[in-house]
Amino acid sequence: MKKFVNDPESVVREALAGIAAAHPELRVDLEKQIIVRSDAPRNGKVGLVSGGGSGHEPLHGGFVGPGMLDAACPGEVFTSPVPDQILAATQAVDGGAGVVHVVKNYTGDVMNFEMAAELAGDEGVEVHTVLVDDDVAVEDSTWTAGRRGTGATLIVEKVAGALAETGASAAAVAAAGARVNEGGASFAGALAACTTPAVGGCGFDLPDDEMEVGVGIHGEPGRRREKLRPARDIAALAVDAVLGAKPLSAGSETIVLLNGLGGTPLIELYLLYGEVAALLDKAGVRIARNLVGNYVTSLDMAGASLTVCKVDAELLRLWDTPVRTPALRWGV
Amino acid sequence: MDAALARAWVSAVAASVASQAELLTQLDAAIGDSDHGVNLNRGFTAVLAALDSASFETPGEVLVRTGTTLVSKVGGASGPLYGSAFRALGKALGSSSTVDAAAFGAGLRAGLDAVRKLGGAAPGDKTMVDAYEPAVAAFEKAAGDGLAAAARAAADAAAEGMRATTPLQARKGRASYLGERSVGHQDPGATSTWLVFEALAAAAA
Repeated sequence: MKKFVNDPESVVREALAGIAAAHPELRVDLEKQIIVRSDAPRNGKVGLVSGGGSGHEPLHGGFVGPGMLDAACPGEVFTSPVPDQILAATQAVDGGAGVVHVVKNYTGDVMNFEMAAELAGDEGVEVHTVLVDDDVAVEDSTWTAGRRGTGATLIVEKVAGALAETGASAAAVAAAGARVNEGGASFAGALAACTTPAVGGCGFDLPDDEMEVGVGIHGEPGRRREKLRPARDIAALAVDAVLGAKPLSAGSETIVLLNGLGGTPLIELYLLYGEVAALLDKAGVRIARNLVGNYVTSLDMAGASLTVCKVDAELLRLWDTPVRTPALRWGV
Repeated sequence: MDAALARAWVSAVAASVASQAELLTQLDAAIGDSDHGVNLNRGFTAVLAALDSASFETPGEVLVRTGTTLVSKVGGASGPLYGSAFRALGKALGSSSTVDAAAFGAGLRAGLDAVRKLGGAAPGDKTMVDAYEPAVAAFEKAAGDGLAAAARAAADAAAEGMRATTPLQARKGRASYLGERSVGHQDPGATSTWLVFEALAAAAA
């Protein structure tokens, strides 16, 4: 598999150097491997930190800036960051009002963020955590590690970031993030696996006429394999899964994210969005806002995810406030 | 077990992880995200550098440093889990410059407890615990025969536990997302735990 890399071992660090070159408005610390908003820490403002394995760009580094994250800590590809990194990011954005961690629900992420929160607590920083677990492909039972955090993470980070900007308390910021997660449901399908730089090969082989249904964002196989079907059927599968897991009453207002996993052209994402929008309309669900594009990716995986997030007027107002980050910007 | 033997063990783990990285990655590709070999190899390479840059008087110091380095270099779930296991083992050995097999067995048990507390996995969940738990039990049972014999028994028990993960359905970690599709694959974490005990047996022989 051909890739734009120099050395598979240094992909994350060299990509960070590129982010630093492209975005002088951010502070990128190559040593600590963190991306920090240039005006952090701001006195009296809650710091918002997220992070996770690399390979999901623009998540999370692309969402650092006014109105969203104060810092991001990217780990190795598909590997959660280490506690030292998370602690460094937490300290860099602590303006005395506490710090909120947005953590996607994966065993490794949860453990490393917990360790970092403990270390930060020892140093007198009050840390609150929002756990994101919106992927309804995984059953939420004691027999699994619980649902994965995927597309709703972006909405959590935008809404929590907007509230943090107003001077709200850490508890309030975390509660708003948790409310978004509560109302969010995601489901993904893939047409081809992704290639991790260090391995150079695919996580799984998929015949030309088949698709993986219920995949995550780490190249792992999905819940099941099915014959490839037309886009309208795949859209219906995703809408049914999402509404089946978190039913919405007619007239509900939502934010809908039709997200590419990295290797699917925008033309196909728009085609899918059209199908999804029609199906949601038929179900009486109102799409108040939407995003179509590659936001929570899985390297070069060909695939797409649907996130439907129920919102009230307050969450919608927070979604609409100005944001200025590399990957999400409006109102400024 | 003294500081030199602890160092020899950790070096043997590092060599084994490096030579088996491909196997660990292949196992992880089937039911996880293909990075177990790469991550452990990065961690133990950093551990070797950390151990080379200082001198240690006790096996406890060697193992605590090993664990601390793993926590700060590996990431994912395996960093905190293996890191906590080595740290708990090292702390349990205290400040003695040599420890006997019984004390070392108690240390291994403390490491297992740390892993179970952090990860919440029980035997049968298709995780590293499925190799670690029988290995500790076998070590404790054979501790009266000395470190070398106990370590050999532990490695054999770990191998058996590792092989027994194949028919299991994962209930913890990333493989649990696959549900029934995780059945029929040997667990990568149980496999790396077997490597750790096999390295102990080789170093102690």
